Amino acid sequence: MRHVISALVENKPGVLAHIAGLFSSRGFNIDSVAVGRTENPSLSRMTIVVAGDDAILEQVRKQLGKVIDVIKVTDYQGRDTIQRELALVKVATPPGKRQEIIGLVEIFQGKVVDITPGDMVVELSGPEAKVAAFVDLLQPFGLREVARTGVVALARGEAK
Amino acid sequence: MGTKGAQILVDALIEEGVQHVFGYPGGSVLPLFDALYDAPIKFILPRHEQAAAHAADGYARATGKVGVCIATSGPGATNLTTGIATANMDSIPVVAITGQVKTHLIGNDAFQEADVTGITRPITKHNYLVKNVHDLARVIKEAFYIARTGRPGPVVVDVPVDVTTALLEGAPDKTIRLPGYKPVTEGHPRQIKLAAAAINAAHKPVLYLGGGVVLSNAAAEARALAEKANMPVAMTLMGLGAFPGDHPLALGMLGMHGTPTANYAVTESDLIISVGARFDDRVTGRIDAFAPSAKVIHIDIDPSSISKNVRVDIPVVGDARGILSDLTEQATAQPREAWHKQITAWKKKHPLAYDPGSGAIKPQAVLQELCRQAPEDAIITTEVGQNQMWTALWYTFRRPRTLVSSGGLGTMGFGFPAAIGAQVGCPGRLVVDVAGDGSIQMNIQELATVAQYKLPVKVLILNNGFLGMVRQWQELFYQRRYSQTTLNGNPDFVKLAEAYGVKGMRVTAPGEVPDALREMIRTEGPVFLDARIEPEENVFPMVPAGQAINRMIGGMA
Ligand SMILES: Cc1ncc(C[n+]2csc(CCOP(=O)(O)OP(=O)(O)O)c2C)c(N)n1
Repeated sequence: MRHVISALVENKPGVLAHIAGLFSSRGFNIDSVAVGRTENPSLSRMTIVVAGDDAILEQVRKQLGKVIDVIKVTDYQGRDTIQRELALVKVATPPGKRQEIIGLVEIFQGKVVDITPGDMVVELSGPEAKVAAFVDLLQPFGLREVARTGVVALARGEAK
Repeated sequence: MGTKGAQILVDALIEEGVQHVFGYPGGSVLPLFDALYDAPIKFILPRHEQAAAHAADGYARATGKVGVCIATSGPGATNLTTGIATANMDSIPVVAITGQVKTHLIGNDAFQEADVTGITRPITKHNYLVKNVHDLARVIKEAFYIARTGRPGPVVVDVPVDVTTALLEGAPDKTIRLPGYKPVTEGHPRQIKLAAAAINAAHKPVLYLGGGVVLSNAAAEARALAEKANMPVAMTLMGLGAFPGDHPLALGMLGMHGTPTANYAVTESDLIISVGARFDDRVTGRIDAFAPSAKVIHIDIDPSSISKNVRVDIPVVGDARGILSDLTEQATAQPREAWHKQITAWKKKHPLAYDPGSGAIKPQAVLQELCRQAPEDAIITTEVGQNQMWTALWYTFRRPRTLVSSGGLGTMGFGFPAAIGAQVGCPGRLVVDVAGDGSIQMNIQELATVAQYKLPVKVLILNNGFLGMVRQWQELFYQRRYSQTTLNGNPDFVKLAEAYGVKGMRVTAPGEVPDALREMIRTEGPVFLDARIEPEENVFPMVPAGQAINRMIGGMA
């Protein structure tokens, strides 16, 4: 099962490497990791999407909790959360197809952020599944490059 | 003016109560060694950094204090790593300080640079690269705090040479700031109540003690619980000594080379109370056949140990000592007559046994004799292989912290330097390294250290001319194809010891063993005793890898 785990970590060098190393040495499969600053400049938030059964997820949470620079671990499974991913998609624009692509971008509430004679770059954010569906739809036109951030998430309502 | 980083570091060690340091100098730690020169700390110079790490580890295991080792950058630090990994696997509190190249050169492949924090991250509890002299005192304080609290473990502090020469104005900041580190120490009262109820209701319980009981100094509490609730006690290798091996409730070690009674009892039990143990594969054997009808209570300070390998019914997270005394309070006396009758029957029917043979010295007999002669508080370190398992089976450990052995990592070359550390920490006591002729050669240069510091460490080499444990597997599972396990180039250990000014002895006949051991123990200084044992003796009983632990082969009467 897919779980979204949020880890509040000290904003120090080496923490990301530590956690990446932990996942690989323990054989955990991560779908994505997103890291960024938080409201507190000394803290970062890592949002980790990981797949596995309950026993694996329990180990993931506990092993993360053991890392001294990890301050708090939250598994969003079963919680009311907002999840978003951002993607930049560079898609080819074959002759006569540009309008069709722009139509799709509008339906998905994306934004065309760059156009060249042969391709365009689209910015799209949304739940992971929506981003994935959009990328799939553009596939037939010719995907040049895709950059996705991985999921970030927050629980609804008051913090703590 | 201000204070130099090196001095701040040394002052911080003194403030932590450090009396002994094991280490080796080099370019990037010159300022630190200069500050250590007049410090009220006894410095021991092993002849290899790996030995410094093992000595710090052995010191910690024997005394319960944090062991400290120091090495220079690059090769000095990488030489420490086997020792750090060994301590990490057995949760031993060690602080390892490594020199590092100048801050501005880090990442440049400078002379003697190694990415020490990168290399040691998976083999430490935590590590630090100190880039500013302001942080030094605080980091040392945090390192000791992390190493000894919670589930203990090694902490590396990597200090660039320019940080040790930098000057700090005013008093250093020593406030620990670890918002992400809150080890749970007190067991949850509700879980303890559930555990006590399960113990009181059990008909066939087994108390299963691991190294955590030793680490939390909870041997007395474990004994009180076993005696009050009248439960038999099995121990892991790391748990030996946590409960007296000669106690009527003791079953001995369980697992791959466990005693038949311990393995049968665990398999038949209806309740396993695991304390400070982690259901290692060497203990459980085939996992689905491990204690198939037992409920499991798992007491551990590390929540990530719980439910990692086996399904746990009643987890109790916290320090073993407090939890065991709470459990003792709530436990009721139970006769459990049928269970004890069964255990007595197993003990009678399947005692540990070996063929005494007629000609050659049997290692089992050597260890039994050593146990007879050694005082109860003697510290026995081991190397790895048959020597380690024979020690676990045939030497009866009666007190905690008397067995010092690399359990988790199984590091050959550990025993001799660990004995040095134990002897430094416990100067009045008998310290014996039970060695194999293979393992001893992995850190044999430490003869110089025992000679220099007049450390009366005894090394008992069970010399079979083989890498015995591997040879045993080849005999049993690879049609006796002894691929690279015959040690033909062995030195004359007696002459070798003598070359270092250490007393060397040899024993070749079974009848000479008691006197030789007596002489070894009586000798004031260090001794190398080369005991020529039966070359192809095996460690039995044995559970072949991946089998259920009640499927033992060999060694049973
Ligand atoms: C550093 C290291 N290398 C290799 C091994 C694998 N190994 C385990 S036991 C053993 C043989 C040990 O031989 P010896 O020290 O002579 O002891 P014996 O088994 O004969 O008592 C070996 C090679 C190990 N445990 N540690």
